[in-house]
Amino acid sequence: MKHSLSLQIGPVAFRIGSAWRSPIEALARLYAGYPDPGRVCDFTVRLEPEKPWRRWIRPSVAIQGDYILPDAAPMSLAHGLLAAEMGMNLQMALGQKSHLLLHAASVEKDGRALILTGESGAGKSTLAALLGERGWRLMGDEFALLGLEDGRLRAFPRAISLKNGAITVMEREVAPQRFGPRLDGTPKGAIRHMRPNERALEAMAEPAQPALVLFPRFGEAAAARGVGQAEVFMRLTQASTNYVSLGAAGFEALTGLVGGCPAAAIDYPDTESAIDMVEQLWAEAA
Amino acid sequence: MAGARYVADPEECVRTVALDGLSLLFHRPSGMTHIVAPPAPQILEALRLGPADAGEVVARMRAWYDLEGDEAADAVEARLEELEAAGLVRRT
Repeated sequence: MKHSLSLQIGPVAFRIGSAWRSPIEALARLYAGYPDPGRVCDFTVRLEPEKPWRRWIRPSVAIQGDYILPDAAPMSLAHGLLAAEMGMNLQMALGQKSHLLLHAASVEKDGRALILTGESGAGKSTLAALLGERGWRLMGDEFALLGLEDGRLRAFPRAISLKNGAITVMEREVAPQRFGPRLDGTPKGAIRHMRPNERALEAMAEPAQPALVLFPRFGEAAAARGVGQAEVFMRLTQASTNYVSLGAAGFEALTGLVGGCPAAAIDYPDTESAIDMVEQLWAEAA
Repeated sequence: MAGARYVADPEECVRTVALDGLSLLFHRPSGMTHIVAPPAPQILEALRLGPADAGEVVARMRAWYDLEGDEAADAVEARLEELEAAGLVRRT
């Protein structure tokens, strides 16, 4: 591989290789301050030309990796950064065996973790990013890793992928040097990556005990309701990419999480009211 | 005439966790997770004493629980068919 970068993100070591210099340089800027794994990487993501001659003529990035990625559509080179992120996500989703992988954001306070999960567009990334700037430690905006042995949550603080309106919300809170380039015209609209703050990076190896599960939903009048444990369990199996393949170990880890954590669904009209509701529910759960 | 006789997998094949009055079952032979409501867990418990038809399952359950009414056998028969469809019991 001509150009490459190795990154430690939480418990996972990635190597991203590319036929081109520019996506690797963009990733190195975005991931400045992340530790070098110093060991053999768990996952390799390769950004290759689709055909050898396409490296020179209208280049398009195809994602390849240790696991086959049939649905990862090639994208233009300008979006190589996004391709690398998608590749990392897909590698995680396909290959993670040591943790129950939940498609969820998580933040930590006093050694206890708040898990935010919901469908794409529910606002979990934005809420976690904001909480991470307001007294919480960001553990991750995309994946929460539940330890199969100890039931504790591991951080996976990759760069936060902000979309559309969330970009302006975070640009008001965070210094410009923590942002990557703005990518317009992606399949999800505008995307801009944001590096988590120093506290998130320094503490990335510290696990936290799950203490509250929230299902946020953006665009509704403010409301909160409790969610029964069986429903929480069902929703979390749907939010997990590897529940089925983990078998009994996944069942034990997830029933342990659900049995030990209160849960609520929250509707919110704007991010500020969501933050207030989160803080109130957290205080009640303590 | 006796109805169909059913048999359940032994207890070590099914991991059961109670949540909120429902039961989560992890069926090891199939790797499938099931969420079931009463009386399904109680029927499985009764079947672990050995193969039985709906009437015998009810008789075993009466020893442990207060069952009201005479329609219990019909209800248990219907639940047994559902459990069979889910792969948690099978006919002998």
